[in-house]
Amino acid sequence: MFKIVDKEFFSENVVRLSIEAPRIAKARRAGHFVIVKIGEKGERFPLTIAGADREKGTITLVVQKVGVSSRKLAALEVGEYITDLVGPLGQATHIENKGTILACGGGVGVAPLLPIVEAYKKAGNRVITVIAARSKDLIILEDQIKQFSDELIVMTDDGSYGKKGLVTEGMEEAIAREKIDEAMIIGPAVMMKFAALTTKKYNIPTLASLNTIMVDGTGMCGACRITVGGKTKFVCVDGPEFDAHQVDFDEMLLRLNGYKDLEKKADSDYLKSSEEKGR
Amino acid sequence: MENRDSYLKSERAQEWREKLRKSKNNKERTLQERVKMPEADPQLRIQSYVEVNSGLSAEQAQKEASRCIDCPNPTCITGCPVEINIPKFIKRIEEGEFLEAAKVLKETSSLPAVCGRVCPQEKQCEANCFYTQKLKKEPVAIGYLERFAADYERESGKISVPEIQEKNGIKVACIGSGPAGLTFAGEMAKKGYDVTVFEALHEIGGVLKYGIPEFRLPNEIVDVEIEGLKKMGVKFETNFIVGKTAPIEDLKEEGFKAFFAGSGAGLPRFMNIPGENYIGILSSNEYLTRINLMHAADKNTDTPVVSGKNVVVVGGGNTAMDSVRTAKRLGADRAIIVYRRSMEEMPARVEEIEHAKEEGVEFMTLSNPIEYFANEKGQVNKVKIQKMELGEPDASGRRRPVPVEGAEEIIDVDTVVVAVGVSPNPIVPDSLPELEVTSWGTIKVEEDTLQSSIPEMYAGGDIVRGGATVILAMGDGRKAAQSMDVYLKNK
Repeated sequence: MFKIVDKEFFSENVVRLSIEAPRIAKARRAGHFVIVKIGEKGERFPLTIAGADREKGTITLVVQKVGVSSRKLAALEVGEYITDLVGPLGQATHIENKGTILACGGGVGVAPLLPIVEAYKKAGNRVITVIAARSKDLIILEDQIKQFSDELIVMTDDGSYGKKGLVTEGMEEAIAREKIDEAMIIGPAVMMKFAALTTKKYNIPTLASLNTIMVDGTGMCGACRITVGGKTKFVCVDGPEFDAHQVDFDEMLLRLNGYKDLEKKADSDYLKSSEEKGR
Repeated sequence: MENRDSYLKSERAQEWREKLRKSKNNKERTLQERVKMPEADPQLRIQSYVEVNSGLSAEQAQKEASRCIDCPNPTCITGCPVEINIPKFIKRIEEGEFLEAAKVLKETSSLPAVCGRVCPQEKQCEANCFYTQKLKKEPVAIGYLERFAADYERESGKISVPEIQEKNGIKVACIGSGPAGLTFAGEMAKKGYDVTVFEALHEIGGVLKYGIPEFRLPNEIVDVEIEGLKKMGVKFETNFIVGKTAPIEDLKEEGFKAFFAGSGAGLPRFMNIPGENYIGILSSNEYLTRINLMHAADKNTDTPVVSGKNVVVVGGGNTAMDSVRTAKRLGADRAIIVYRRSMEEMPARVEEIEHAKEEGVEFMTLSNPIEYFANEKGQVNKVKIQKMELGEPDASGRRRPVPVEGAEEIIDVDTVVVAVGVSPNPIVPDSLPELEVTSWGTIKVEEDTLQSSIPEMYAGGDIVRGGATVILAMGDGRKAAQSMDVYLKNK
């Protein structure tokens, strides 16, 4: 059991949790993820680690309510426990001084981007970060990201904050201005698809951190498999970061919908039953 | 070897055994027919996860036990990877001392109720039985009897805890809680060691929980065996991946003197054919894990599962049978085994194949999928199957399947389960660069001792063998415990 020691809502649907997990806090590196399970009957699902405090022995997860499991996690209060938490999983980001890094985060993808931006900055890179969301209230971790970025570009779809436009427009702005040595993109699959197409135009080596359906998260089930450069790879053990220009995002988008009908049904049932409980 | 022989002789010479042998002549014993295992009705059982084999009654067990002629040279034992004293436990059943029979099993096997259910006895002890070898008759049902004794003990509530030597305070770690790990842990606890088992998943039991379905091995039976280990002082840590959650170095600092890796076969193999990543195509590991470990068929759990009406399972091993029979239970109209060789070469246990047939599973042999097709949502809807014929024998001695030019067939599917084998789990080897592995990714060990290239690290089960059986993994766990004990005492 893993105790929740701090909780903060970034918006109505996005919450940050600090969780007691001293071993994971010590072992994790930027890019790692964990598998979470809430309750005896819960499902196992992956979340990229958004930060850790080795002294306090805690890790940070940022979760957006999109379905039953993420709602259950977001509903846990300080002092309550996550039933099962395992990690750190996956390969850590390979961090070195590469020159200028263009770091791009969409939506809650900004959370796992934060430790990577921090690590790149500390390794001596110049870091230009673009964060994007639909509207102002969905922009998260702006101050924290700013701390480790030489420059920060904020984009919103509706123009309610920062500049109006998609993440790719912010990327184009930076690319037009200076030489980028490497890009890192994290966010919804469709955002990563277009961000990858953008950097491909300019031949900028690009990594994407993928978040697919997983069951065990340790290489056993193969639910997370994707095609990279024509070969099947497992996000859990080979990833989660891959050469974004080689990833078959269209296939990944289809596979993410593999359980969509069941998930939607479960989510509406869950919302209905929690409403009834609330009454 | 001599020790064992003299031990077996002295056991056989005991008064109760002599008396029992004289109570019936051998002719009378050998004229009896082998007992039939009572089974749940196929039509009823596919609507639930009830165990298919229901177990022998005490009367049936005693009668079957009386078929065993208590050979002076019990060849059956040579077929058992953990060397259970088979005639001794069978004779205890014959005389009605069922709890004593269970104790005999526990002398060398830490999971008798499991082995009695899932061991391929027809290839091991029963293949070496006097009946099979010399009389050309059906062997004594050693597996059924093993299960009977273990179940009797469990249900009696009088579960014996094996004798434990004085605690020596030496900490050892076991990586993985499958059959290899649990056996290792039990053996080391008996020798007085302070054992901690580290398990990556949230449940203890490894493949016994996530892999083997409840209709073949109910989870509660595994849990009872685990409780037994806890009573012996074995500690368990779930959600702990050695090499990830903490490096081996940290565990050494925490006082662990030696390690046993029983981390199992992880990565599922796929066939790398066009369309294999379409939705609805999944590995047997994923399919079985969703059902067995995550209980996805239970509406009260959060884990979803696809349950198609036309299910194809690719492969011919026990995992393929487990998957196809699971598909039936999830409501498939058609559940089809597609296997590239013929029935004769099929590696699954005969019993599993028979049970699958009774349950309405179709067998499409000499058939190999070569391409999948999908609708606009990427959901698989058809599979192209290449017809095969048998050619020259290959390295495994089985005749190699070769495609029949132009013979192809397309069938409708909505779920495909790929059960064509697994590769070793790379997590432990990856986290220990100095650990020597084979080109297959299995850990290299000394054959006699199961010691790896790192002296304090032993390994066994599928992480060494690639893909084998529960009982071979258990044999490894036992062997590794013996040699680790010697290593630590001489250190």
